[in-house]
Amino acid sequence: MTSVLVEVLNGAGEELVDRWVSLQTESVLFRADLLAPEQVREESSAFVSQLCESLERSGAVDPEATLDGEPWEGMRAFLAALFRSRAQRGFEPDEVAEFLLLFKLPLFEALQKELGEDPAKLVDAVWDATRLMDRLGLYTTQVYARAKEEVIARQREELLELSTPVVTLWEGILALPLIGTLDSQRTQQVMEVLLQEIVDQEASVAILDITGVPTVDSATAQHLVRTMRAARLIGAECIISGIRPQIAQTMVTLGIDLGQVESRSTMAGALRVAFSRRGRKVVATGEA
Amino acid sequence: MRDEVESTLAIAHHHDLVRVRRALGVAADAVGLDPVRRTKLLTAASEIARNALTHGGGGEAEVELVEGRGVRLRVWDHGRGIEDVEEALRDGFSTAGSMGVGLGGARRLVDEFALESGKGTGTCVTVIVWKRP
Amino acid sequence: MEAVPILRVGDVLMVSIQVDLHDQLAERLAGDVADAVAKHDPKGVLIDISGVEVVDTFIGRVLGHIAQLARLMGSRVVLVGMRPAVAITLVELGMDLPGIETALNVDRGFRALGLEPPG
Repeated sequence: MTSVLVEVLNGAGEELVDRWVSLQTESVLFRADLLAPEQVREESSAFVSQLCESLERSGAVDPEATLDGEPWEGMRAFLAALFRSRAQRGFEPDEVAEFLLLFKLPLFEALQKELGEDPAKLVDAVWDATRLMDRLGLYTTQVYARAKEEVIARQREELLELSTPVVTLWEGILALPLIGTLDSQRTQQVMEVLLQEIVDQEASVAILDITGVPTVDSATAQHLVRTMRAARLIGAECIISGIRPQIAQTMVTLGIDLGQVESRSTMAGALRVAFSRRGRKVVATGEA
Repeated sequence: MRDEVESTLAIAHHHDLVRVRRALGVAADAVGLDPVRRTKLLTAASEIARNALTHGGGGEAEVELVEGRGVRLRVWDHGRGIEDVEEALRDGFSTAGSMGVGLGGARRLVDEFALESGKGTGTCVTVIVWKRP
Repeated sequence: MEAVPILRVGDVLMVSIQVDLHDQLAERLAGDVADAVAKHDPKGVLIDISGVEVVDTFIGRVLGHIAQLARLMGSRVVLVGMRPAVAITLVELGMDLPGIETALNVDRGFRALGLEPPG
């Protein structure tokens, strides 16, 4: 059976690859922005020769066999590398799945051409080829999903770093707009970044703006309080701003107390407090 | 990478706490811990070693590097042991009139914390702080 | 015998801790500060811990005692220069020295006491 597939693949040769490449590049799902036709050609013919090699090494196509065995090692590595890179470059799942789905058509055409005289043999061959393609497809889905998860995990970390920007509002006054949920890992990072900035800039007031924090429960409040205590220990005061009406209500309902901390609903209100701490105030000039 | 024992130190006097902190500082620098993790490790060590000194009548400390990316401290004493371990790790617990955030606080500062104790066999505390991934 | 030096700068006592404090030294410091406050009646006491790598619960308690003692004797204590890593660790320990005033550095410490920093 194997020999039939290998024979057909070898027999069809460049023609099969040509047909497959044109199917891929003409598809509505083709990502011309991410893939050059030459690259498609290169990857497609590499796949076909890898397929021949694995089929030859595996001897026979056992319909129940998986791709776990040693003969398919090369194929697994090839697919893993290809689909991992596509996942990382932002291909969508359907765009990725097309690669193998579109291979079925030229493959079946070649089988038809070769075995058309013998319907029983043709049916067997198509059946085996379908099983094989499905297994390869399943494997690529797994590779793609895993690679996507890695991408998401990395982005989450990057976001974590991006989302801790410390802004200098005035000499000695820093602001830290917090965006997203404040968990203990995040709090740890916020503390480290904030305290270092306070030291570097010799700041005395830091405004923690929680406008971008979706909910404040007692755990979040504890994290805020810890951050403020740490800042106080090195000699700076924290003011909380961005306490929206719903947040204030939740906090009162949950009995959350921020202790002695100054808090304001807006950043402007907090800035006014910060100015007064630095012995300054904002006055109208009467010009505007 | 094999774990290597950096040093073994006796804990018999208050000065020895400084020695334990110093040995850990060297190990932390060898591994490249960031300042916050380094300080947490040294502070936890101080609490644990002091506990061995005041409650266990002294003991020993062993400092090791783990897989080149962590520092492990093991402190054991020859005291009466702790009967209720969970109780001992709770904040505010103290049998010697100190404020007693000691062991419970130390646990919050490290990545891994294990306490073995039995009546008459003394107490052994093992902690690890890993380098930030 | 080793001790932490206590310097007089105008109306202020400066305590600069540059060594890893062991317990006896810390306890001794509390007594020394109390004696110095009694002798000089300063406006305030600045304790500079920028050189201190570890403040555990024991040292934390001693610092709290010093602040209390000084306050009883009519002087304020400002703890200056705590390192960020030390502050984070203390908060994690649940020991945030509630009764002690703090400042970023010695200059700020002077200002916190309502004085111009020297020099």
